[in-house]
Amino acid sequence: MSMLHRRDVVRDLLRGRGDLVVVAGLGAPAYDVAACGDEALNFSLWGAMGGAAMVGLGLALAQPERNVLVLTGDGEMLMGLGSLATIATQHPPNLHIVVLDNERYGETGQQATHTSAGADLAAIALACGIPHVRTVRQADELVALQNDLYRRAGVSFAVVKILPEDLPRVLPPRDGAFLTQRLRAELIGAERALEG
Amino acid sequence: MMNASDSSKDWADGVHELFKTHQVDIVSFVPDGGLRRLIALCQADPGMHAVTLTTEQEGIALAAGAFLGGKRAALLMQSSGVGNCVNMLSLPRVCNMAFLSLITMRGEWGEFNPWQIPMGQSTPTVLEACGVFVYRVDTTEDVVPTVEAALLLAFQSRRRVAVLLSQKLLGAKNFARGDK
Repeated sequence: MSMLHRRDVVRDLLRGRGDLVVVAGLGAPAYDVAACGDEALNFSLWGAMGGAAMVGLGLALAQPERNVLVLTGDGEMLMGLGSLATIATQHPPNLHIVVLDNERYGETGQQATHTSAGADLAAIALACGIPHVRTVRQADELVALQNDLYRRAGVSFAVVKILPEDLPRVLPPRDGAFLTQRLRAELIGAERALEG
Repeated sequence: MMNASDSSKDWADGVHELFKTHQVDIVSFVPDGGLRRLIALCQADPGMHAVTLTTEQEGIALAAGAFLGGKRAALLMQSSGVGNCVNMLSLPRVCNMAFLSLITMRGEWGEFNPWQIPMGQSTPTVLEACGVFVYRVDTTEDVVPTVEAALLLAFQSRRRVAVLLSQKLLGAKNFARGDK
């Protein structure tokens, strides 16, 4: 069993993030990102379960000069497995997906997800054709993962096995229109952000 | 009656041109026979990302990401795909994002497959219940002006808009009758 703490993992991955765009899946990953500070380059989902990776693909295609990180949970990723096949067909060089896998639906009472019964998200991503795939269980493997996020060598996908902790929530803003306009202004400028 | 597989030839070029004029650079789809030519035009266009989806709801999240990054996207699908989109439509709605979908209708005019009828019948109601503006087109000459109006509503007024291309327009395929 992994001994990694999710908040430590996310803090390490986002340290010195520069202009990295971060899409956070609903629930604990969004709180982990918020715990590192609320940033204009964060887009945290409060719903749309199963959609985080595809939001990341849209951003990666629209902003080819930026690195885009999707940070989500195993339950959220399991609901969007098909998107891994879709992402592999597009293979943008700047999209990175990290699944924080506690093998639980943490928000709803710690019910087991399919990864607890052996479903291997990294193997699924690899089988879909995603080129750079890793599973992280030890703290000393995080440096290599962090390096992946700031390269532009093709889609990367990582599963980080974490402890099933029930931590205090750190809430990101909930107003979707605010989050949208704030990120658009950062990416395309305040004036263009007001257009369609 | 026109065969469904080539029925888009009279309007697909016009819609593709509209996409280019209005800077719709990302076009995602779960295919339908009625969208065949439009999909082929988008796939052949080096200025476009044509994204094949495994399920229609992926296209809504993709369009949301594109909008966040300052690009315009459109989602093409068949009416049966609308049912797969219900929860994901909350994303553009709650985030006040532009969203445009072109939907070829099944399960209405002369439909021979009864399994298409439930979503055919529910499609406009489901979309409207999800806050999507619905425009319907029944004639070839109305396709381009309606799609252009939908583009303006979506991207200039930042609304969620669907154009339903009716089965009367597309022609109903009938395998029982020997259609290809």
